[in-house]
Amino acid sequence: MPSDRRLEREAAKRRRHRRGQAIAAVSSVVVLGGLAALILTSPGWPEVRETFFNWEVFKESFPDVAKAFWLDVKIFLVAELAILVVGLFVAMLRIARSPAMFPVRLLSVVFVDLFRGIPTILLVFLIGFGVPALQLSGTPNDPIVLGAFALVLSYSAYVAEVYRAGIASVHRGQRDAALAVGLTENQAMRHVILPQAVRRVAPPLLNDFVALQKDVALISILGPLEAFREAQIIESLTFNFTPLVAAALLYLAVTVPTARIVDRLGGTEGAVR
Amino acid sequence: MNAIPDGTVLDIRNVTKAFGEREVLRGIDLGVREHEAVALIGASGSGKSTLLRCIDLLEEIDDGDVFLDGEVITDPGVDPVAVRRRLGLVFQAYNLFPHLSALENVVLGEMRAHGKARAEAEERGRALLARFGLAGREDDRPDNLSGGQQQRVAIARAFAARPRALLLDEVTSALDPELVGEVLEAVRDLKGEGMTMLIATHEMSFAREVADRVAFLHAGRILELGSPEQVLSSPEAEETRRFLRRIQAN
Repeated sequence: MPSDRRLEREAAKRRRHRRGQAIAAVSSVVVLGGLAALILTSPGWPEVRETFFNWEVFKESFPDVAKAFWLDVKIFLVAELAILVVGLFVAMLRIARSPAMFPVRLLSVVFVDLFRGIPTILLVFLIGFGVPALQLSGTPNDPIVLGAFALVLSYSAYVAEVYRAGIASVHRGQRDAALAVGLTENQAMRHVILPQAVRRVAPPLLNDFVALQKDVALISILGPLEAFREAQIIESLTFNFTPLVAAALLYLAVTVPTARIVDRLGGTEGAVR
Repeated sequence: MNAIPDGTVLDIRNVTKAFGEREVLRGIDLGVREHEAVALIGASGSGKSTLLRCIDLLEEIDDGDVFLDGEVITDPGVDPVAVRRRLGLVFQAYNLFPHLSALENVVLGEMRAHGKARAEAEERGRALLARFGLAGREDDRPDNLSGGQQQRVAIARAFAARPRALLLDEVTSALDPELVGEVLEAVRDLKGEGMTMLIATHEMSFAREVADRVAFLHAGRILELGSPEQVLSSPEAEETRRFLRRIQAN
């Protein structure tokens, strides 16, 4: 039988909880309702609704935009895999210690500075139009491949730095212990340091992938019919922006779940020291 | 391993080590004979950890030599990996691999450094963990173990490859007082089977009990070396007496 004092405390706790929920509900209604009222009563709203949120146009254009979005999905899936590998490779080169690796270390610094420093849209442009202009035999001319290649270069530079930070965050006692049990430097990296580093950087890596999933739209400047470009084409034919809203929803459909995964990783793995 | 005639496993001769301007070791001479346990005592910063790290080649010495079974191990031409495979080192902060289970911690070196098959390494790993009172904890990650349990896993890890000598760096200093005993019990156990050990420690009663000889390190030099009775009960140097008084006061 719980004591009166305890029942009293539990009742107070419940009251506090109910009060908190009530305040959250009221404040949500006020803020969101106010915003909605502001937009819906604005003088231009009827026209905006017609050009951006037209249900008929949405129904009409969505299948085409969604089909085009499939290309975005394919590009970022392939690019993400390539970025994970290239980024790790560049990070490994950068932390290589031996004097013989000096030029390689230098190259990896240049790689990161260069591809992280150029705006992604510019890089897509330069590679998409520059590589075919070289007229070398054997180089790809497909704008999808070239655009994806540009994204891989740009994002690998970021991801290499994420990996490097993760590796640096592993306590040096871990390397000492790995060497003390007789592992070589390379084995210590592979079996002890990298597994810990990769776990730690999973949230920031996924965060970069959210950014990548949106930046696939940049490839549209080279011509491929991905979601953004498809939506633009329909827009220019119908003079209605609803297809672009449809494209936005499709991007959200992949970036929001990824973001939730980042949150969950951040909540569990990130809390582990 | 070719033991040299007088049975000295570790021979440390005139070893010096400085970190920048700070001279940490200023000419250490010390031999550890087969089956012998030598306790290194001395204040924090006296160079105990640095000496052990230098012997395991985690730090490079500036001058002098260290011999293991009569072979010099501190020459620049010597492969440090091969040397470390013949030694075991236990750290003050355990330094277990947090992404691996207790058993995986113990077998990693066996498999990757010594080329043992998984089955064989795991069988020995399980036996070792059981020996140190960790039966049933094989699959636990280090953060699910108490400090005393973690340090016992670390001792099993260092001992797994049957090193020629075990270097213990203040293995109880990070532990809550009630967990010290179980870790010392593991060390006692290894001494019982004749393990050659160099033990940096702050536990004077343990040094007295387990060590065959005690070395008092002060400002990078060994000021006093002798039987536990000699060094701990009737020390000659004033610095040793002062150090022991301070330890007792705590």
